[in-house]
Amino acid sequence: MGQEISRRTFLRGGIAAAAGVAAGSLPGAAAATGPEDKKQLATLLDISKCIGCGACVEACKETNAHKYPNPQKPFPKMVPARAKVSDWSDKQDITDRLTPYNWLYIQHASVNVNGAETELTIPRRCMHCVNPPCVKLCPWGAAKQLENGISRIDPDICLGGSKCNAVCPWDIPQRQTGVGLYLDILPNFAGNGVMFKCDRCYEQIEAGQLPACIEACPEDVQTIGPRDEIIKKARQLVKETNGYIYGETENGGTNTFYVSPVPFETLNQAIEKGKGKPHLAAVSDRMAEANNLAAAMVIAPLAGIAAAARKIYNFTKKSNKEPV
Amino acid sequence: MKAAAISLANSNSQNRPMRFMYLLTVFFLVLTGFGQMPIYKRYYLSDIPGFGWLANFWTTRYVHYAGAAMLLAIVAYTIVQHAILNRRQRKISISGYLRGALLLGIVLTGILFVIKNFPVFVFSPEFIIALNLSHLGFVMAFLLVNLYCLVFKKQWTNAR
Repeated sequence: MGQEISRRTFLRGGIAAAAGVAAGSLPGAAAATGPEDKKQLATLLDISKCIGCGACVEACKETNAHKYPNPQKPFPKMVPARAKVSDWSDKQDITDRLTPYNWLYIQHASVNVNGAETELTIPRRCMHCVNPPCVKLCPWGAAKQLENGISRIDPDICLGGSKCNAVCPWDIPQRQTGVGLYLDILPNFAGNGVMFKCDRCYEQIEAGQLPACIEACPEDVQTIGPRDEIIKKARQLVKETNGYIYGETENGGTNTFYVSPVPFETLNQAIEKGKGKPHLAAVSDRMAEANNLAAAMVIAPLAGIAAAARKIYNFTKKSNKEPV
Repeated sequence: MKAAAISLANSNSQNRPMRFMYLLTVFFLVLTGFGQMPIYKRYYLSDIPGFGWLANFWTTRYVHYAGAAMLLAIVAYTIVQHAILNRRQRKISISGYLRGALLLGIVLTGILFVIKNFPVFVFSPEFIIALNLSHLGFVMAFLLVNLYCLVFKKQWTNAR
């Protein structure tokens, strides 16, 4: 019942706000700045509720199948040969990791919960960071952040350089070769396909519906709503269950909060990690490293003016001393 | 007056370290700027001893930001110095105006980039694509014009 209320609440209030926000992010719309916590949508995943049935994975595949790549073969020869093709088109049924054809999967962890050996299952997909490196550092703008906090990759623009994967702390975007814009430019020398990842069913959100994984979950593992409200709910859940939270501060803050009955250090040790299998370790705010230099950029022109003033002063002083 | 001109010439000769700093800054800005595209690893440039850091997007971004701060300082220094000290003796050439305009374009689009990279939603995705292309476009034009000026010995300023 509680989850029904949270769904209804979202559908009534949150989604209306989200739809408004999404409309504001249509082409050409330059939104005003403001507290991102009110504009961005976040999800809360109560790990203790997940039974690992995979309904979310199936729903994700069904809903997003029309977005999956349909590569042309044979692939263009890559020059130099160091650039390897990434082909998942013959492995579309893989569901135990993230691939261009599987944007959500279930991680398993055998851990001790209150003295009992327990198998926890964790749905994993894009965290939709508040300041997503995949979006902010994409050299072409192919990765986009919508005003409602969804980060998505535009398959019509992406060249498949995989920089988004390199800067993502969780190895989320996955590449498929033989598809996309690079085929029309210099397919042998630049680009290598398109990157794919969860777009949190942005079309459904725009239409006032829930993302497929949330809609399909029989256990109501996920709750979605404005970030500030979901943070409050996540903290409340942590308090009530004496649990732990992940995603609130990681990478400077994300729009996905996991709440677990065991510490995330323990979960991280228990899960299988690797390519397409994201960790649950602590992540520092890497975008902030260079952003902190912005202060130096403000001071720098003043330093330049001061140096010039000193030179002018010295020159004037010297000129006054010299005989005319 | 003659003594003042000689003194100014001496003063300008002291600009050599500044010119060196400018060239060094532009070199690293261009190097790390192109490093924002995933090309150095693919094309083995980061395999050259001492250039391995070019394959690290976080490092190249940090150096690019530091270089941008240095460029802003140099630009501010040069403008003030020219406006107050050199303007009577030297006038800005046509290529100087052109290079200055392109540099202004680079700086302005760069500032917008810095703002965009903060955790705020300021610009629409379409504007960000335009920003990416215009920053790169200004840089390419600036490099081409500088190459022309180098070949045909055109200076930023000419004697009045």
